[in-house]
Amino acid sequence: MVPVSYYLILSAILFSIGLGAFLVKRNIITIFMSIELMLNAVNLSFVAFAHQWHQVSGQIFVFFVMVVAAAEAAVGLAIIIAIFRTRNTLNVDQVDLMKL
Amino acid sequence: MYLVLFFIFGGLCVAGALNLLLQRHPINSALSLIVVMSSLAVLYLLLGAEFLAAAQVIVYAGAIMVLFTFVIMLLNAGKEERTHGSKAAYIVGFPGAAALFALLAFIFLQNSGHLGQVRLGEYLVTTGDLSRVLFKNLLLPFEVTSVLILIAILGAVALARKEH
Repeated sequence: MVPVSYYLILSAILFSIGLGAFLVKRNIITIFMSIELMLNAVNLSFVAFAHQWHQVSGQIFVFFVMVVAAAEAAVGLAIIIAIFRTRNTLNVDQVDLMKL
Repeated sequence: MYLVLFFIFGGLCVAGALNLLLQRHPINSALSLIVVMSSLAVLYLLLGAEFLAAAQVIVYAGAIMVLFTFVIMLLNAGKEERTHGSKAAYIVGFPGAAALFALLAFIFLQNSGHLGQVRLGEYLVTTGDLSRVLFKNLLLPFEVTSVLILIAILGAVALARKEH
């Protein structure tokens, strides 16, 4: 028997680590991965609340988040490939101009 | 027993996430993210979401992370170098994230009496339950996401294509 609040605290830990990694990391791929980590943390709290209220809608929400995350990963990685092709770097500090 | 399982896989989650933060090479970060996602799938199973556990392994730990590792290897990404901008991020980023965590943990612990307990096998959502809601009440959003996926595929191909 585990309190639901434990799951929510675990979700808060994962979200905070993802937020810290998002701000600290300089590699564009790692920044993108920390966004995925934050999405996963929120998904965990959705599933915990779905269990708490015995509602299916929370899990449906997680399903849609997964679909959108898959689409986001495909487009985002394509953008990263395009950035690397034009600038030859993955460091976000060197990608600060809209136009070359 | 249930508490032990929760702490094992919750600890794996936190360890993987911390490893993602501390590693400097993107491929190590990607592999630790796979650990986080796989142990989250086990936590979903403990919460009675069997379809989501399977989808987590297949979609997240499988498809999305393969895409990530593929791009890392394709671009031959090396170790990240420290630059001038990252010092300010260290100063602002870690206290900000810690403050957010402290706030959330305070709220959750304060209201933990109102939240219930999770017992294993008490509430199980089968794939049938999920699909009944998804294909009866939420058919339009489901079809719209299929259009979204199609547009994402076209966008990815158009963006990653070599220009002549």
